[in-house]
Amino acid sequence: MSLAHDARVTVRPTAAVQRSKLRGWPEIDNPAAWTVAAILLIMPLIANGFFLIEIFATTLILGIMALSLMFLAGYGGMVSLMQLTIAGFSAYMVAVFGVSGNANISLGWPWWLAVPMALALATIFGTLGGALAVRTEGIYTIMITLAIGAAFYYFTNQNWAIFNGHTGINTVATPHFWGVNWRADIPFYYIVLAVAALCYFAVDYISRAPFGLALQGVRDNPRRMAALGFNVNAHRVAAYAFASFVAALAGVLQVWNYRQISPGSVSVGACIDILIIAVVGGITRPVGPFIGALIFVLLRTFALDFLVKLGLDGNRFRLLIGLGFLAIVFWSSDGVIGLWQSWRHRQRFGAASSSGRRGQESGRESAQGSSHG
Amino acid sequence: MTRFVERHPAWALIVIIVIAVALWLIFAVWPQGLEDAIGRKRVFLNALFNGITLGGLYFLVASGFTLIFGLMRNVNLAHGSLYLFGGYVGYAISASTGSWVLSFIVAFILTALVGVLLQVLVFRRMEGQDLRQTMVTIGLSIVFADLMLWACGGDFYQIQTPNWLIGPVELPLVTAVKSSGEPVYLRYPLVRLVIFAASVVIGVAMWLALNRTRIGMIIRAGVDDRDILAATGVRIQLVFVGVFALGAGLAGIAGVVGGTFQSLSPGEDIRFLLASLVVVIVGGMGSIPGAALGALIIGLAEQLGSVYIPTYAIVVTFLIMVLVLAIRPQGLLARR
Repeated sequence: MSLAHDARVTVRPTAAVQRSKLRGWPEIDNPAAWTVAAILLIMPLIANGFFLIEIFATTLILGIMALSLMFLAGYGGMVSLMQLTIAGFSAYMVAVFGVSGNANISLGWPWWLAVPMALALATIFGTLGGALAVRTEGIYTIMITLAIGAAFYYFTNQNWAIFNGHTGINTVATPHFWGVNWRADIPFYYIVLAVAALCYFAVDYISRAPFGLALQGVRDNPRRMAALGFNVNAHRVAAYAFASFVAALAGVLQVWNYRQISPGSVSVGACIDILIIAVVGGITRPVGPFIGALIFVLLRTFALDFLVKLGLDGNRFRLLIGLGFLAIVFWSSDGVIGLWQSWRHRQRFGAASSSGRRGQESGRESAQGSSHG
Repeated sequence: MTRFVERHPAWALIVIIVIAVALWLIFAVWPQGLEDAIGRKRVFLNALFNGITLGGLYFLVASGFTLIFGLMRNVNLAHGSLYLFGGYVGYAISASTGSWVLSFIVAFILTALVGVLLQVLVFRRMEGQDLRQTMVTIGLSIVFADLMLWACGGDFYQIQTPNWLIGPVELPLVTAVKSSGEPVYLRYPLVRLVIFAASVVIGVAMWLALNRTRIGMIIRAGVDDRDILAATGVRIQLVFVGVFALGAGLAGIAGVVGGTFQSLSPGEDIRFLLASLVVVIVGGMGSIPGAALGALIIGLAEQLGSVYIPTYAIVVTFLIMVLVLAIRPQGLLARR
């Protein structure tokens, strides 16, 4: 493949310089990261079933979907609104190939056959969509991916042969092996956590691998990269393929979580929610989507009680989300992470600004800003 | 036209053949074999007319969208919300005063005002930042959708058609010939024809305004290069506000039209946003004739599709978009 070849040959000198600065995994000497990891690991001891599944597992699943968008938007400069559609497609495929309550539709394959099939098909679906989207640039990408997402939503509503119309597919079977019911709260939480960690580190790794660096080069200046001999479109389509696989993993987890899938889960509003999660969390670093997802899930779960307590109408949850999203877009170019960083920067202004990490961080931010401008 | 024929003789031939077949299908009395194969001619003609009139509605929504994009590079994803807002305003006016025409005027003015406020308060602050503007419009569409759900609830509303437009008219198109040799003519709702005629008039007026007036000249110059235009002393912010008001107002009018021959409910905003997205992707971003052609194609595809291949109607629309992107990524009638 010319793609991998080009990347290896041309990026090596810059990558070597970068590596000394990046020190391999940046998380390793960050105590906050270790604390969060430890808390996530012992979570089942702290939280009861409701918090474990409804809050944390849901957060991680939405976070994985938003992570795939963050990868495309942050490193590739392509804001794709179809990541939820890919996840939904993979969820539908699990339901169609696996075992479910709709015996006339489901083929009844065992999960270890149905899941790889669903992942492969969803990745192909996402890659084809991506290949379509990279034919145009910038804001057109949003429009085309939104159109793909909306078309899929209306299609699932109309099609009864495979997608079972607007009722969707119910009672999807969940895996059950080695004597463990993997959909029970605690095992399921650990599955979700493992997949989320895997995706997080994969994205983190790729962002520093030759392919990721080339992708960021394509984001910042596609013409120059093309002149350097990189195949710009191939890099973009490959980014879509990787992001589709991540989103497809999240889709499998989602269908196991709710045990059903219907057009409501792939609606346009839900597609936009993923964008909101990624943008609110921050699209320059892989941790952003998970922070955004936590905020989103907490708001979605508790906004009703909170609003009622304030004496307001509890049904105005989406208004709250929309206003919060607007506020973030208005005041921070990098979501909650950006707000946190600028706050910390102000706290110890001058003292810590000379540290290497901070300098590199702000450099990355300014590159991000110029690509948006 | 002649240049097109010279440059693409094969395409021109295909277009001529398609037009000829379509004309024959519309005007000729269908032979028995054809009716057996694809159904009655009345069904076909109804679907055809529904498609054309739906295309008129899509054109009203999409022309504002494409105008705003063409001049300001602002993908206004809140355009569907403006459509729904116009529809609700039109419903409120026509329900309280009983005047259909008045509801158009008020809906146009109020939605245009919302557009002016958006441009002055929001988009002017982030000029040139395409992605951020688009994000803001997404946030706004969520907020608007929830506010309208709050104010109007989840019910379906339909705007009352005025008395002088109720009922079908007979068109001089023969659908079938009775055994006695007497021809049967097509009957079609008058209101849809009037609305279609109005959208054609609006389209032609917009084309004339853009190509024959001084303001239109300024707008076209702005589409090509707004920096140079501003440097020549044109008050570009004023032009932006005016164009945004016009685009938003057209969405408002379209809302009243949509509320008359379909219905208004939450979710319609997304539907019409999608329709205008697909229409401008097919027709070409920023081009008014492109919006007209795209609207016609999508309207026809949707209606004919829902009659002849009901389960896959939405896929046909989508396939058209894919095909256009594959052959001409910039859209059918875009210049660049």
